[in-house]
This record gives sequence, structure tokens and C-alpha cells, in this order.
Amino acid sequence: MSNTVIEVSDIVTRFGTNIVHDGANLSVRQGEIYGLLGGSGSGKTTLLKQMIMLLHPQSGEISVLGQKLSTISRTDSAILRRNWGVLFQSGALYSSLTVAENVGIKLREYTDLPLKLIQDIVRMKINMVGLPETAAELYPAELSGGMVKRAALARALVMDPALLFLDEPTSGLDPVGAEAFDNLILELREILDLTVVMVTHDLDSIWSIVDRFAVLGEKKVIAEGTLNEIIENPQPIVRQFFGGIRGRIRSQNGK
Amino acid sequence: MHTTYSHKAQLKVLKTPDATIVFKSSGNWTNNALVDANMILDQFCRTHHNVTIHWDMSNVENIDSAGVMLFINYYDLLKLNHCNIKVIGAKSEHEKMYRLLRKYTSKDTRKPADFYSVFLKPLDSIGKSSVAFILDITSFLAFVGENFVHLLYSLLHPRSIRFGAIVKNIEEAGLRAIPIVALTSFLIGVVIAYQGAVQLEKFGANIFIVDMIGISITRELSPLITAIVVAGRTGSSYTAQLGVMKLTEEIDAMRTMGFEPHRFLVLPRILALMISLPLLIFFADIIGIAAGMLISHLHLHISFTEFIHRLQSVLDIKHVWIGICKGPFFAWLIAAIGCYRGFQVSKSTESIGRYTTISVVNAIFLVIACDALFSVLLTELGI
Repeated sequence: MSNTVIEVSDIVTRFGTNIVHDGANLSVRQGEIYGLLGGSGSGKTTLLKQMIMLLHPQSGEISVLGQKLSTISRTDSAILRRNWGVLFQSGALYSSLTVAENVGIKLREYTDLPLKLIQDIVRMKINMVGLPETAAELYPAELSGGMVKRAALARALVMDPALLFLDEPTSGLDPVGAEAFDNLILELREILDLTVVMVTHDLDSIWSIVDRFAVLGEKKVIAEGTLNEIIENPQPIVRQFFGGIRGRIRSQNGK
Repeated sequence: MHTTYSHKAQLKVLKTPDATIVFKSSGNWTNNALVDANMILDQFCRTHHNVTIHWDMSNVENIDSAGVMLFINYYDLLKLNHCNIKVIGAKSEHEKMYRLLRKYTSKDTRKPADFYSVFLKPLDSIGKSSVAFILDITSFLAFVGENFVHLLYSLLHPRSIRFGAIVKNIEEAGLRAIPIVALTSFLIGVVIAYQGAVQLEKFGANIFIVDMIGISITRELSPLITAIVVAGRTGSSYTAQLGVMKLTEEIDAMRTMGFEPHRFLVLPRILALMISLPLLIFFADIIGIAAGMLISHLHLHISFTEFIHRLQSVLDIKHVWIGICKGPFFAWLIAAIGCYRGFQVSKSTESIGRYTTISVVNAIFLVIACDALFSVLLTELGI
């Protein structure tokens, strides 16, 4: 279970004169739930967007599922895009399509499955993420925030991706909803054998579902490892993160 | 059995002597490789009832949720057809996946559309859109009313008028529209002069081109054309601006801080356009007449001096004033519709596009309708 799925090496990112990353390194292994942590503006989401080829770093190399992103061909990148699912922070559901159409769009575009089977798969995925069946025919504008996230997750999962990217999956959810979402991700990993990369601020998620994570700060990855390894890390930024009241209360309660 | 690629999902139907049927499945039962297996199963289900089947899954290499779904579908269908099915040799991880996914499948609850709903659908949609139309008009009137209240308040408390915003909007809607208005009215002047010149030349009534251009441009064409350009340019941008502010909850934020959107956003826009449009119309008058003058000179050999001399004697000042006075009315229509539609934008991004289109179409239609009303009224009044 220790095959590396994503390898980020010496990434440098600049927006104008603003340097976001200056030599960031990390690696994600097969089958784990990997967290990206850091304060606002530390470049977590930027790094995630670079992994999914929405942004390109100024230098350095990212390889995903064995493909080097800086030299990837059009066909390979098309295959790669089919093999991952992405959940955006705000859901990013297509507002002109219903939930069922949103979830099924990749199957309709990329496979020759009969429509009936696609509809069945879509309904199964909608059940899987815990949406009521009546939600299938609604438009994104008619959904609540939590339902949008679930629908977007169903869309990300529809092709049974090997890799799932989550950008702050639990932000904007109430604690009950957030916990249910965390459990859902755990269960889905079990069913679908996923590797999950998530950007998160949620200390509860970090404690309960993340296997390993990286803490971003000072334009680098300042710590990487399991929770127990990182909590011992003397770095001031890491201490700040886990030493605050929320962190202390959480660590007293244990895992 | 036809040959398929080894990695595709395959299913061989074998008959054994004791009347049981064996499904030998193999290959990858994944979402991009299921078509053949689906076809074979579909055919089998159409023709077989009441049989005993042994479904051998031992050679299946990979299976994903699409594959499991296909299996579940046909498993259930065959059961419905009173078949006796035994699944043999499934790998433990495939079986685990099946069990986990099984609990998320559900019965198809969608009902086919019945005859009456198909038949009544047109009537239904006519009714719905009529009601929507009436509601739309009432809510527009409510918007206008609210706006009027804020206008009265502003007039009673002149210090609350947002002069900065008005000036900024005049720059945006008036000053920056000058190039496009100039170009459009120049071309309109050229068109009118050309069309008129051809007709008038036949009668040798060349000099009457001045009357024609002078009156038609100032009284009708330049107000109308300028208003249409402004509706397309400014009306749409008002809708889009307010729509985006509504989407990003800026308008709600303003309300909670006690900044009335009508006072801060709508009134400055309406007042700015009511000030700029008459000025733009006057500007368009000049450009349009100048274009007509140029064409008359080139085509009918009427010198500039002659043209201007004639213009002074035939073009009553009232025509210019009528044209300019239409400006504030048109401007009010365009800006009020633009802002009103902007406030109607709801959650989805798609609705910005829809309401922007509606806003421009409404504004242009109402401007033309209003112009027609002016024509009738002024003619009846003998002006």
C-alpha cells in the first residue's frame, strides 16, 4: 500500500511578484487520505489546482498516477482527467443541468453505456452520498449548501476514480453534516478503493479521517507525516496550528 | 460467439446437459468496457424465462460500480422472470463491493408521463406563463413605486443623494458611449441622405433633402437610435452588475448595513442615465446632420453653406426639443428595467445571462412603444 500516487517535487509558484511556493515537496501514497493544511494564503488550494492541471507551477515537477504533468501529452492528460474526481469548494455544479444530469455527465460523454444503465448508476451514486432521491430532478440553485456538496461528490465519484481531490469538503457544513461527510468519505474509500487528497481547515477531519498530511507555511511544506509525527514537530507554525484552544481540546479527547 | 478484446467485459452463455445455463463472465467489468456484455444479457433476458442459471464470475478481472450496477440490473430482471440464479466463484473483493453497493440501489420510482399530462401540457404552460406575466408586471410596478418613494425622500433630503455615484455613472453610461453613438448616428445620417437623395433627385427637388434630414434626424431617428444603443450598452450592464452583486450577496450585505440598494445603486443609475441620454441625443443630432450634409454635398452638390442656410430656415427648434425631451423618458425606461431585472437574478449564474437578455429586449421594446406613443400624442396635440 505504499506506492506513490502523487509526487510533488521542488514546486515554485509565483503570481506576479508574490511567491506562493518556493521549493515545496510532498508525496501521496496509494489508498490513503492525505490532508493539505496551512493558514489562509499558504497556497494549499493553489497546490491542489496544480495537481489537477488547472494551474502550472513556474518550475518543479508534479507527477500524478505516474504521469509527469509538465510534459504530459494531450491523450494522457485526457485519460488522467477521467481517472480522477474533483470536488470544488463551492460544488461548481453546472447550473443549467439537474443534479442527475450533473452526476451523469461524465458517463454520458466518455462511455457508450445505455442510458438506462447510466440512470441507474447515477441513482446509486446519489443514494451513496446520502441525497434523497427527490433531489435528482432539482437544479443546483434549489439545493442547500450541504446538498450541493453531496451532489458534487456524487459527480466526482461517478466514474469510480482512482483519485479524489477535495477542496475544503466540510467548510460551510454544520458539525453534524461535516461528521457525516467525513464518515461518507471513509466509507467510500472502503468501497471504491480511493486515494483522497483534501485541502482542509477542519481539525476534526484531520483527527478523524486523515491518514497523513502536509502542513504548508513559509512557502514550503514544513511538516509531513501522520498526526502523531506532526504533533511532535517543534516548528512554530505547526505548534500554532495545534497549540490553539481548539487544537488542545481536540487532542485531549484523542482520536 | 464473436471475438472481443480480452480486456473487455465478456459473457459466454453455455448450455449444460441438465438444462442449467452457465454464464461464463470474464474481462474487465468497468464502465468503458461493458457494451458487449450488456447486449448479450439484454438478448438473453428477452428470450429466457424459468431457467436455472449458474453465473460464473471467477474470471472477472476488475469490476467497478458500473459493472456491479449492470450485474444487479440483470440479476434482478432474471429473478423477476422466475429464473433461479446462483452466482459462483466471485472474488471476495468483488463480493464485498457488491454487498456495499447493493444497499444503495433503489427501485425505479419514475412514472411514465400519462396521456392527460401530455395532452394538457400546452394549456398548462400557457396558464403558467400568463400568471408569470401578470406577476412580473405587478412586481415591476412595486419596484417603480419603491424607487419613487426613495426619489421623493432624496428630493426632501438632498444631502442623501449620491452625487459621486451619479457622476461616475454619467461617465460610464454617457461619456464612454460617445464613440459608438457617434458612429451609429453618422451611419444613420448617411443612410437617410442616400435614400432621400435618390428619390428627390427624380423630382429635381434636391434642396428638400435638408428638410428631410433635419426633421427626421432630430425629431425621431437620433433619439430612437441612441436609446437603442444605450439600452444594449448600459441597460445590459446595469442588469449584469446588479445581478452579480445579488449573487455574491453584496446587496444583502448593503441592506444589513442600512445602505438601501435603491438609494445607493438604483437612483444614481437612473438619474445618471436621465442626464446623459438627452446630451447623447443632442450629440447624435449634430453628427447625424453633419453626415447628411456631407452626403448631400457629395451626391447632390449642395454646398455646406447652402445646407446650413436652408437648415436654419426649415428646422424649427421645436423638433430638436421634442427629440431631446424624449431622452429622459427613454432613459428612465432603460435604467429602471435594467436595475429591476438585475434584482431579479437569483441563485444561479445562468440567470444573469437570461435576465440580461430579457432586460435588453424589454428596454428596446418599451423604448419603441414609448416613441410610438409620443408620435401619436404630439400629432394629436398638433405639435
